[in-house]
Amino acid sequence: MSTATETIEGLVQKEYKYGFYTDIEADAAPPGLNEDIVRLISAKKNEPAFMLEWRLKAYRHWKGLKEPTWPHLHHPPIDYQNAVYYSAPKKKGEGPKSLEEVDPKLLETYEKLGIPLKERERLAGVAVDAVFDSVSVGTTFKEKLSEKGILFCSFTEAVEQYPELVQKYLGSVVPYTDNYFAALNAAVFSDGSFCYIPKGVRCPMELSTYFRINAANTGQFERTLIIADEGAYVSYLEGCTAPMRDEHQLHAAVVELVALEGAQIKYSTVQNWYPGDEQGRGGIYNFVTKRGLCKGRNSKISWTQVETGSAITWKYPSCILQGDNSIGEFYSVALTNNYQQADTGTKMVHIGKNTRSTIVSKGISAGHGQNSYRGLVKIQKGAANARNFSQCDSLLLGSLCGAHTFPYIEVKNTTARVEHEASTSKIGEDQIFYCNQRGLSTQDAVNMIVNGFCKEVFRELPMEFAVEAQKLLGVSLEGSVG
Amino acid sequence: MSINTRPILEIRDLSAGVDGKPILKGINLAIGLGEVHAIMGPNGSGKSTLAAVLAGREGYDVTAGQVLYAGGDLLEMDPEERAREGLFLAFQYPVEIPGVNSTYFLKAALNEVRKHKGLPELDALEFLTLVKDRMKVLELNEDLLRRSVNEGFSGGEKKRNEIFQMAVLEPRLAVLDETDSGLDIDALKVVSNGVNKLRRPDNAQLVITHYQRLLNYIVPDFVHVLVDGRIVRTGDKALALALEEKGYDWITREEALVA
Repeated sequence: MSTATETIEGLVQKEYKYGFYTDIEADAAPPGLNEDIVRLISAKKNEPAFMLEWRLKAYRHWKGLKEPTWPHLHHPPIDYQNAVYYSAPKKKGEGPKSLEEVDPKLLETYEKLGIPLKERERLAGVAVDAVFDSVSVGTTFKEKLSEKGILFCSFTEAVEQYPELVQKYLGSVVPYTDNYFAALNAAVFSDGSFCYIPKGVRCPMELSTYFRINAANTGQFERTLIIADEGAYVSYLEGCTAPMRDEHQLHAAVVELVALEGAQIKYSTVQNWYPGDEQGRGGIYNFVTKRGLCKGRNSKISWTQVETGSAITWKYPSCILQGDNSIGEFYSVALTNNYQQADTGTKMVHIGKNTRSTIVSKGISAGHGQNSYRGLVKIQKGAANARNFSQCDSLLLGSLCGAHTFPYIEVKNTTARVEHEASTSKIGEDQIFYCNQRGLSTQDAVNMIVNGFCKEVFRELPMEFAVEAQKLLGVSLEGSVG
Repeated sequence: MSINTRPILEIRDLSAGVDGKPILKGINLAIGLGEVHAIMGPNGSGKSTLAAVLAGREGYDVTAGQVLYAGGDLLEMDPEERAREGLFLAFQYPVEIPGVNSTYFLKAALNEVRKHKGLPELDALEFLTLVKDRMKVLELNEDLLRRSVNEGFSGGEKKRNEIFQMAVLEPRLAVLDETDSGLDIDALKVVSNGVNKLRRPDNAQLVITHYQRLLNYIVPDFVHVLVDGRIVRTGDKALALALEEKGYDWITREEALVA
């Protein structure tokens, strides 16, 4: 019974499908970060004074911070003065007034990625805002959404058109003082998506953002802000890709969600940034702060993520359960193959009464991948009858990878109930042989077993995304068994 | 019996072991289509090793001999190829695969076999019709189809599920590895009944068991007694009954006398 591990180790090799690079002229700032760059970014965006001030405060705060060392991640020091903090596809003339005016090469790139940027009514009904390097290039279905009073646009546009909403909510969930990467993002973020669902409106379609890093040595720092007003509902999808490059690229995004009374936000991510090659060369460093605030009573925020890409993933989508009876959920699949490292999990902070949270985390490690779950469940004094259920399962393929679990639980109210379950398993040689004996190839068997392992998470994803996620896992695991 | 047809399985002087330890020490056995063979033997005689080697399980080293299956060299084939060629192993300990739906699993398996035969794959509806028909044979609850493969099944359900899979996949040669172990008498009857219904002139069954009682229900054409890696005696059902009465010691003692 010796060769199954070797077999499994062979299975993970498949080239990154989205590794193409679009040759497009870019309007970029010189590398490095200082106050002038921050001012330049703000000026490029014609931002109002409050934005510039906020950015400068964030920058000054960031200067005094040190990169966190607590994650279970290892990488050479990042030279923040060598990155480019602003890169935009060069506009022809004035700047696009509509999709027809967007550079056709950009649109081609999105075609390749399979994103229906052009408005085609029959297409799945997904409204897309696409962010290319640092700038948002077009939002589909805008008119249909605005009939319902839904605002869905690039962050830049939101700052121009709805400054009062931006000023009210920007940094209200993730302040620039929150952490090193959040401060960096606040100082230099160049675009992102903005979404506001008015009172009582159920958003009639899935909203979606697609992020792509194209230019070399460019950091992408986008910011997403979603506000669901009282009784509103929105389901939001986020996807990401990047070209294959030998050097590492930095991605430090911030996502803020605000759910007012009775509102629901469902946020799903399929993260497929370039993971680096089999030797661990290149790949995205992904340092992301995602947090949702259940501000009103009976509100609900649900995070679902499928993380297959990036050389390094540092990400803890969290819920602050402030309103009484509010609900937070976190469903995650994180796969690390080759030399990928992931330190990911969530924070559930229970403040209001009768708040409930659910955490389901599935970590899959293959090759030399290192996968850590890090989660905090915090029940504050006033959170009477708070409940949490956490389940963290790890699956190992082969013998060179690792799975780690770091659960933190803080309970300050005696009426709380907190449950934590964890398991670690290896794909059994027995399971693979059983599948083989029924005629299935080892590759198909591994895919089937891994998909089975992730089922509880996949069923939380919107349909099209679930299909994509399954395929993605299959591709990411290809070659991990020989 | 179909003595004149070419055997579906022909084992010639097969020796195999694990980690350098010899377990099978020169097995000879030919199984013709339409035949049911039983292999009986005490614990540790090599019964399950034989099943594992036939199915191509990792970790067993074949040190001598050859195995012809449907005229081809069985030992050269990958486990999945053997399965697609119609060799089916009913596991002694069926494996649980959490999260993988039983129906989905079995449909994938059947379509692999069909693809291999050059037949079109079945769609969900055609498959379901087939499955419901075969479930009746094993008196299985349809609820089982909605569950994950073997997960949370009772011992009896797991064994019945193996035979159910056999009913759907319609193998040419079914190897039943101690299918009776852990079954109560009612389940034993159901399982045996299922196996008997699947018996056809164009397939064959190799039933591996420790106890004679299974052979009250699945009546074999031949009974082989395996002791210490060798087939020491071959007979018909009467041999099984004699074993039941006198125990394996009887054969071992006689063997010792002969030697």
